[in-house]
Amino acid sequence: MDIFDILISASFWTAAIRIASPLIFAALGELICERAGVLNLGIEGIMVVGAFAGWMAVYLGGGLWFGVAVAMVSGMLFGLLHGILTVPFGLSQHVVGLGITLLATSLTYYSYRLALPEVTSPPKIEAFQPYEIPILSDIPLIGPALFSQTPLTYLAFILVILVTLILYRTPLGLALRAAGENPAAVEAQGLSVTAIRVGAVMVGSGLMAVGGAFLTMSAFNSFFFEMVNGRGWICIALVVFGSWKPGKTLLGAILFAAFDALQIRVQQTPLGADIPYQIFLMAPYILSILALVLMSRRAQVPAALMVPFNKGER
Amino acid sequence: MRLEPIPNPTLTRRLGLPALALLTTVIAASLLAMIAGAQPFSVLGLIIQGAFGSKFAALETLNRATPLIFTGLAVAVAFRAQLWNIGAEAQLYVGAVVTVVLGTGALAWPAFALLPTIAIAAMLAGAVVLLVPTFLKTRFGVDEVVTTLLLNFVVLLWVSMLLEGALKDPMGLGWPKSARLIGEARLPRMVDGLRLHWGFGLALISALVVWVIQRRTTLGYEMRAVGLNKDAAAFAGIPVNVVLIKTALLSGGLAALAGFSEVAGLKGSLTLDISPGFGYTGIIVAMLALLNPLGVVVAALFVAGIFVGADSMSRAAGVPTYLADIMLAMALLMMVLAIMLTKFKVRRS
Repeated sequence: MDIFDILISASFWTAAIRIASPLIFAALGELICERAGVLNLGIEGIMVVGAFAGWMAVYLGGGLWFGVAVAMVSGMLFGLLHGILTVPFGLSQHVVGLGITLLATSLTYYSYRLALPEVTSPPKIEAFQPYEIPILSDIPLIGPALFSQTPLTYLAFILVILVTLILYRTPLGLALRAAGENPAAVEAQGLSVTAIRVGAVMVGSGLMAVGGAFLTMSAFNSFFFEMVNGRGWICIALVVFGSWKPGKTLLGAILFAAFDALQIRVQQTPLGADIPYQIFLMAPYILSILALVLMSRRAQVPAALMVPFNKGER
Repeated sequence: MRLEPIPNPTLTRRLGLPALALLTTVIAASLLAMIAGAQPFSVLGLIIQGAFGSKFAALETLNRATPLIFTGLAVAVAFRAQLWNIGAEAQLYVGAVVTVVLGTGALAWPAFALLPTIAIAAMLAGAVVLLVPTFLKTRFGVDEVVTTLLLNFVVLLWVSMLLEGALKDPMGLGWPKSARLIGEARLPRMVDGLRLHWGFGLALISALVVWVIQRRTTLGYEMRAVGLNKDAAAFAGIPVNVVLIKTALLSGGLAALAGFSEVAGLKGSLTLDISPGFGYTGIIVAMLALLNPLGVVVAALFVAGIFVGADSMSRAAGVPTYLADIMLAMALLMMVLAIMLTKFKVRRS
């Protein structure tokens, strides 16, 4: 099977969209934070929390959508902490973000050990199953790829549209973008930059956690240590790649996931067998770095990203 | 609310708030230990005892602190100039690889010539690893936080590839492990009979050297100026990009020394688990030390103590070792908040 055969196979595109789904949630979450002016490096840890919390809720007897809600709320709590420390207190977003990642990850692992002491292989749950959308799923290639996914994947795509509409078509979206571009102007309108930014970080963190939950509740059916494995950092690169726009970020996530799905398949070809598997695993990270370099020229960075806003300061 | 600068913070404020931050951390950790079914304050005692309670424990703590001093210095140097090096983990591993490449027989030199050569080569390699993201930052404006983070994954996979290929120990029975260093490439013990190698001494010397660079040289002044305000520094005629590149060379080199010292001092060979995240923990060490090079030594001992102590506490009280990581993350967040509040007053608006 050569690369062309892989690229026209439906199973390849189905896998690509599946791999893209957690990235879409988390990158969208990061985009909301950054558009409001806050870089959220807590993303990696918040994804871990979401993966654990959602899965645990279902394992303890909750429904799947209840699990998604639990993941979202747990992510929002860490978002609240991040928001309070970085917005009204104006602490370094780098340091707080990394601190949140460490705190969220270690609290998760601690809870896991307490909840399941001496477990060698983590228990499995009944995860989300693919739902075939009638008629649409019969379209060749596109049908299986886009319309035979799990409900969470559909939710990810709906969210891209929803976030785009909110960002560009509502007063709330305008205020959020202004908080990231020109906070003084927002304050002059009588709105609170603090409230908008903290709110954005909470909502964004909630989405990151749902992205994590996708891993344990849709892509797999169990929780493993280090299962997030740098996906959060990749999402930060995806937001830059997408020039802080939801549609372009979605495109970036799908491109990235397609590449990831491709490397898994090329590994299994005779050509791939001669190359150390680590080269394939490295490729996504190197690709992200290259994408950052390529896009750096055109990037429309929110003007007030990482700039704390202290009222009354000129 | 609004933040107002305090012109002359009192000594009580400057010492009290950080102390309060540590106290909050200890209380929170005790509560978490209670949830795990342990006696809350016994846990703290067990950690301290496990870290410093015996000669063996104290030496273990010093050994654990050694790589943390190096990575802490690497981060402190970089952060001072606002170069966000989150890639000390990668630089550490590259330093370790160079140590193995040169120290397993490729150079059959006496120790006094071999050890400095390996150390310098390791530093150069680590510096190069950080130079790439720094160059991308100065040339293309690519955020170095993301690139250094992503490079950690790339380098770790590269090391894994080497350990299953070019650097694999032929006698290693299939384990991904390098051959052992020759005797001349091993760092000797500092005191006969005590399990503490000269990597620790080198770490202390490095801290002193970094302190001198920061306080007594033009470069140190320029680094601080760039960190405080890049535009003002440029206006004052400081070549900002050159300073950033010099900072990267120093920072990457220091992190690589952590890898050199772990392989040549402690382990004698390279495996994929020589660093349980020393590169990332270095960030906590540096922040707790307020980026002061001498403070890094103290902070590294504190952090290493918590890790070593938590290991033995976990065995004794059945509380998961992750409590150590939680404590450090909390200490970090509480401390940056406390330090800020020593300089600013919170006002209702």
